[in-house]
Amino acid sequence: MPKQDYLKLSGLEPLVFTPNINFVNIGERTNITGSKKFARLILNGNYDEALEVALDQVRGGAQVLDVCMDEGMLDGEAAMVRFLNLIASEPEISRIPIMIDSSKWSIILAGLKCVQGKGIVNSISLKNGEEEFILQAKTIKKFGAAVVVMAFDEKGQADTYERRIQICERSYRILVDQVKFNPQDIIFDPNIFPVATGMEEHRRNALDFFLATKWIKENLPGAKVSGGVSNVSFSFRGNDRVREAMHAAFLYHAIHHGMDMGIVNPTMLEVYDDIPKDLLEKVEDVLFDKREDATERLLEFADTVKASGKKEVANEAWRSDPVAKRIEHALVKGILDYIVEDTEAARLELVNPLKVIEGPLMDGMNVVGDLFGEGKMFLPQVVKSARVMKKAVAYLEPFMPLPEEGQEESSLKKILLATVKGDVHDIGKNIVGVVLACNSYQIIDLGVMVDAQKIIDEAIKNKVDIIGLSGLITPSLDEMVNVASEMERQGLQIPLLIGGATTSRIHTAVKIDPVYSGTVVHVTDASKSVPIAGEAISEETRQAYKLQIKETYRQLREEHEAKQSVKQMVSYEEAKANPVEIDWSSFQPVKPKVLGKQIIEELDLETLRKYIDWTPFFSTWMLSGKYPKIFEDPIVGSEAKKLYQDAQTMLDRIISEKWLTAKAVFGIYPVQRQEDDAIVFEPDNSGLKIGQFHFLRQQGKKGKGVPNRSLADYLHPEKQDYLGCFAVTSGLGMESKLAEFQAAGDDYNDILFKALADRLAEAAAEFLHEEVRKNYWGYAKEESLTNDSLIREEYQGIRPAPGYPACPEHSEKETLASLLDMEKSIGISLTSSYAMYPTSSVSGFYFAHPDSKYFGLGKIAQDQVASYAMRKGISLQDAERLLSPNLAYTPSNQLANQTL
Amino acid sequence: MSGKEYLLFPVFCSLSFLVKTTKMQNRTESLLQAIQRRILILDGAMGTMIQRYTLSEEDFRTSELKNHPKALKGNNDLLSLSRPDIIRAIHLEYLEAGADIIETNTFSGTSIAQEDYGLSHLAYDINFFSAKIAREVADQITAQNPDKPRFVAGAMGPTNRTASISPDVNDPGYRAITFDQLATAYAEQVRGLLDGGSDILLIETIFDTLNAKAALFAVQEVFEERNIPLDPREGGIPIMISGTITDASGRTLSGQTTEAFLISVSHVPLLSVGLNCALGAKELRPYLKVLSQKSPFYVSAYPNAGLPNEFGAYDQGANEMADQVRDFLKEGMLNILGGCCGTTPDHIRALAKMAEEFQPRKIEEELEEEENNA
Repeated sequence: MPKQDYLKLSGLEPLVFTPNINFVNIGERTNITGSKKFARLILNGNYDEALEVALDQVRGGAQVLDVCMDEGMLDGEAAMVRFLNLIASEPEISRIPIMIDSSKWSIILAGLKCVQGKGIVNSISLKNGEEEFILQAKTIKKFGAAVVVMAFDEKGQADTYERRIQICERSYRILVDQVKFNPQDIIFDPNIFPVATGMEEHRRNALDFFLATKWIKENLPGAKVSGGVSNVSFSFRGNDRVREAMHAAFLYHAIHHGMDMGIVNPTMLEVYDDIPKDLLEKVEDVLFDKREDATERLLEFADTVKASGKKEVANEAWRSDPVAKRIEHALVKGILDYIVEDTEAARLELVNPLKVIEGPLMDGMNVVGDLFGEGKMFLPQVVKSARVMKKAVAYLEPFMPLPEEGQEESSLKKILLATVKGDVHDIGKNIVGVVLACNSYQIIDLGVMVDAQKIIDEAIKNKVDIIGLSGLITPSLDEMVNVASEMERQGLQIPLLIGGATTSRIHTAVKIDPVYSGTVVHVTDASKSVPIAGEAISEETRQAYKLQIKETYRQLREEHEAKQSVKQMVSYEEAKANPVEIDWSSFQPVKPKVLGKQIIEELDLETLRKYIDWTPFFSTWMLSGKYPKIFEDPIVGSEAKKLYQDAQTMLDRIISEKWLTAKAVFGIYPVQRQEDDAIVFEPDNSGLKIGQFHFLRQQGKKGKGVPNRSLADYLHPEKQDYLGCFAVTSGLGMESKLAEFQAAGDDYNDILFKALADRLAEAAAEFLHEEVRKNYWGYAKEESLTNDSLIREEYQGIRPAPGYPACPEHSEKETLASLLDMEKSIGISLTSSYAMYPTSSVSGFYFAHPDSKYFGLGKIAQDQVASYAMRKGISLQDAERLLSPNLAYTPSNQLANQTL
Repeated sequence: MSGKEYLLFPVFCSLSFLVKTTKMQNRTESLLQAIQRRILILDGAMGTMIQRYTLSEEDFRTSELKNHPKALKGNNDLLSLSRPDIIRAIHLEYLEAGADIIETNTFSGTSIAQEDYGLSHLAYDINFFSAKIAREVADQITAQNPDKPRFVAGAMGPTNRTASISPDVNDPGYRAITFDQLATAYAEQVRGLLDGGSDILLIETIFDTLNAKAALFAVQEVFEERNIPLDPREGGIPIMISGTITDASGRTLSGQTTEAFLISVSHVPLLSVGLNCALGAKELRPYLKVLSQKSPFYVSAYPNAGLPNEFGAYDQGANEMADQVRDFLKEGMLNILGGCCGTTPDHIRALAKMAEEFQPRKIEEELEEEENNA
C-alpha cells in the first residue's frame, strides 16, 4: 500500500486533512438521537424536510455530515438507506463526506452500501472483545471508509487519562499491525465528558481529554482525534451564555492539543477572544482543574449572568401579522425562513394555488417593484426577494391544477429574453429578468448564444408579448440588427427591447429601428425595463408609444446624419503624418527577460483578491459610487456594505472550496513596426514571422499639437521592438456551482458568483501586468504601487484589449488566440463573434513605452478601412462589418438596405 | 469452439486453477518490471473492430442458443462463445499493432448486464472463455518474442444500472440495483476471469463510483476465498481502475470530481488508476493531470478517438490522436496508454510507436527509491 500522508475523505468533492486545515466541523443535526426536530421528521416519514435539515448543515459550514438513525421505534437500516439514497441525489449535500453513525453494526453495513465517496464509520470499539473489533475493521476496510474508534474496551468506557491512552494504543496496534488499516484512516474519540458536575471523579474530565489527545497525536502516527464538544457543558443546561463560553474555551484548547475534528453546534459557540475575561478565567479553571473551588466559583458566576441573555433576539413581531402581510414582509426583506409555511397558510386560506401567486405573492412583489422604482430598494435586495418568490412558487407548483384544453394559461405578460448569437455575457440579462419577474412578468429566458431563428420560433410558440435582446460585445450589435431584420422578414410585430453594455440609443435609432417596423426601444438599465415594457405592451398605450418612439428615433437619425456631414475628418495619409511624437533617439527598447509563450497554470486566488477593483462590482449591481467611499453614501451605503459582505463571504468559499480556477498565458515577442501594423517574430532570433497585428489610427481633425493616435505609434518605427500579448481567465470550473444555484432558483448567488468571477479576471489581468512589468519583461523592476495606484493606472505602459476603444476591432483576438494558443494553454475559446469563453476572461496587448497611453479611436473613414482590409487580407465589406461601430460613413451595401 | 469443449469447462477450470498460481505470480512480476521501465500499451476498441465484420443474428447463437427466445445480435460478449475465431483475430491484430495488454471481451459480462438478453446464466462462461481466448493469443505472441511479454486484463464493465442514481425522477430515493446484487454479480465475473487466465482485473468505464466500489468489494472477497494477496507486490493479481468523466464539468455521471473519485477507490492497493471513454484525448487532459499529480498508483488513459460526429461515429485518425496524446507523454503523466471507442489497431500502432520516445510517469515510491540510491 503506498503510504498516505493525510486523511483523505470524499463526497462528490474531496476533503483532504492537510496541515492547514485547522479543524473539521461535523454537522450533526441529522443525528436522530441529538436533534428532536430531525427525529420527529424521520418518524413521521417527512424525508423532504429532513433533507432540508441536512442542507442547512452544509450551508452552515459543516464539512462532514453525521447521519444517525438509532431510534427504538424505527427500522434503522431502512431509514439509513432511504436517507442516504436521498442525500445522494442532492449534490449540494452529497458534496461533503458522510459519517455513518450507529451503535448497530447492521445499520453501519447498510449505510456503507449507499455511499460512493469515502466516508467515516462512527464507531467501533473493543467493547465486545478483539474478535468482533477485527472483523468489523476488516469489513470497513473493504468498503474503503475511515473509522471512529471509541475509547471503550471490555471493561467499559475510558474515564481517566491512563485508560484513554491504554485503550487507544491497544486499538491502534490491532488496526495497524493485524488488520493493516491505514493509520491515517483511524480517528479516536477519547470521550468528552461533562465537567463542573459537582462530582469529584469528573473534575479532570476535560483535562484528561486534552492530555490524551496530545498523547495520541504524539504517539500514534497518523491517527486523528474527534469528539462531541457540547457534552462538556452538560451541567449548565439552560444557561447558554456559560455553555457557549465553555464550548469555545474547550474547543480552543482541544485544538491546541491536537483535536482534528468534532461535533460543534456553531450557534452554541462564542468567539474565544470575545469571552469576558472574568468568565473565561472561571471556565478555564474548571477545564484545567486549577483550583479546589473552581466548580463553585463558576456556578456562582453562572447565576449572575443567567438573566442577561447575550444575543439580541431578532425582531419577530411581524410573525403575528396576517398571512398576506407576512408574505409581503418576507419578500421585501428577502427572508426565506418562513416562506413555505406562510405560502401553505395562504394556500389553505385561498384554496386555489394560482390565487396565492396572483394574490399575496404578486402583491408583495409589486411592493418590491415599487420600492425599487422609488429607489428605496436596491438591486441586491430585489434579487433576494426574487429568491423568496421562486421558493414560494416552487412550493405551490405540485398543487397547481393541470391547465385544461383551451383555457387561458395565465394572465401574466410574457417576455422572452436572450443574449444574441456569438455572445456569452448574461449578467445584465439575468438582472433584467429578475426585475421584470418582480413586476408580474413571466420570463422565458433562452440563455446565451441564441440564434435569431430560435428567438423567433420560441417567441411564436410561447406567444410572448415582448422580446428583450442582450449583448455585451460590439459584434453583438450587428447580430441584433440581424435578429430585427429577420423578425421583419418573418412578419413579426412583437415589441423589441435592446439592452447591454455596448448598445446605445443612437445605435438602436440608426441601425436597428430602420429594419423593423414594430416597436424597438433601447433600454439603458434594468430599472427602466419595467415602465418601457409596460408602455410597449399595454393595449391602451402601445400604438401611441410606438409612434412616439419611432418619431424620436427618426429625429435622432437625422441629427446623426447632419453631424456626420459636419464632422471634420482628415485623410488616412494626413492622419499618419500626424502621429504621436516620440523621441526615439534617446530611447532604447528594454529587452524582456523572458521571451515567448509562458503559461501560469494556476493563479493564487488569495493573491488576486488583493487586486480586485471593487467600484465596477458595485456598478454591476447598479449601486453607483466609488469604493470604499460608497459605504458612506447616505442612499446606497448600507446596501453596498451588505452586498460587499456577501461578496466577501462568497469569495472566502470560492477560494477555500476552489469554485473556480484562474489561469494565465502571455508572451512577449520581438516585433517590427510596419506602418500601422506590427509584425511578430519567433522569439528565437530565427526571423520567422509568426503573426501580424493591425492597428487603427484616429482620423478626426485634431487641434494644433494634438496627434492622430494609433497604438502603432508606441512601437519603435525602425528598430526591432517588443510587444506583449496576454490572456487570463478566472471562469474555469464554474459550471457546477452555477448549475447548483440555477437549480435552486438562486439568482442572487448566481449573479454574485459571475460578477465576482469577472472581478477576479480583471484582478488577474492587473496582477499579471504587474508581474510582467517587474519581472518577466522587467522594465519597471523598482515599481512599488498600492492597489489604488494600480487602479488609477499610475504605472508605465498600457494593456489595451481588442474590442476596447483604442483598438475596437474584435477579430484581432484571433491572432492573439493563435499566438498564445489560448484554448490549449488555458482553455479560452472564441465564439463566432470573437467573444471569449469562459466569460470571465481578459486578453490584450502590453506596450511598454513610457509615453504610451489609452485613447479612443473614434470614427474612421473609408480610406483607412480599405487599407485595413488590404493589410488583413479581407474584403472591404468584411472590414466594414467588423468596424461598423466606428465607421464615419454608411457603407454602400447598408444604404441599399435602408431604402428597402 | 465445439460444443464438447464448452461442456467440459468445469473440469478444466478446477484443474487449471491450481496449476496456474505460480505462472501467474511470474507474470505479475514481469508486469511490475515492465511498467517501471516503459509506458505500457493497452489495446483499442473491441466493438469498433467487431463492427467491421458484418455479423448476423446467427453469428451470435451457439448450438445451445439456437432456440433462445430473445434477439442476441449486438451482445458482443457472447461472440467469445459463438465466434471465438473473430475475437481471437481481433486480439491478434492488437497484439501485432504493439499492445502489451489486451482486454478480454467481457465488458458486459456480468449476470446483470446479460439479463437484458436473458443470458444471466452464461455470465461465468462468457468470462471464462473470453479470458481463455485472450490468454492463448497472448501466450502465442509472447512465445514469439519473450522479451516483450503480453498480458491479459479481465475487463469488468460498469453494468447498465447505477447504485447511487435513481432511474425514476419522481423518486430520487429509489435504486434499480443494490450494492449486494452488484457485488454478487461481479464476484461471479471475477471467478470466470481468473479461471480463464487473466493476469489483471480491469474495472473500467466507471460512471458511478458506488458500482466500482461494489466491484472492488467483490474482488477482495474472491481474493480472500482463494488466498490471493491483495497487493500485487506480495504476489497478488494487479487491479486497474478506470473512471469516465461524462461531461465538460469534469465529473463522473454520479457527480464526483476526479480527485474525489481517486480518494473513493484508493483503499485497495491498485496497479493503476485512470480514465477512459466519453471524451477524446484533448478533453481528458485536465482530469488526467489531476490523477497524475495526486495518484499514489500508476496512471492509465485510454480515450476515445475524439468526440463522436453528428452521426455518432468517431472519426479522429490515428495520427491526430497520437498528436493529442503526445503532450501527456511529454509531461510524464502516464504509465499505461490505449484507446477506447472508435480506436483501431492503426491507432494503437501509432500510440505504441510514439510511446517509445517517452519515459513513463514515476510514482512516489519509485522517486523515493531513486533518491535513496543517489
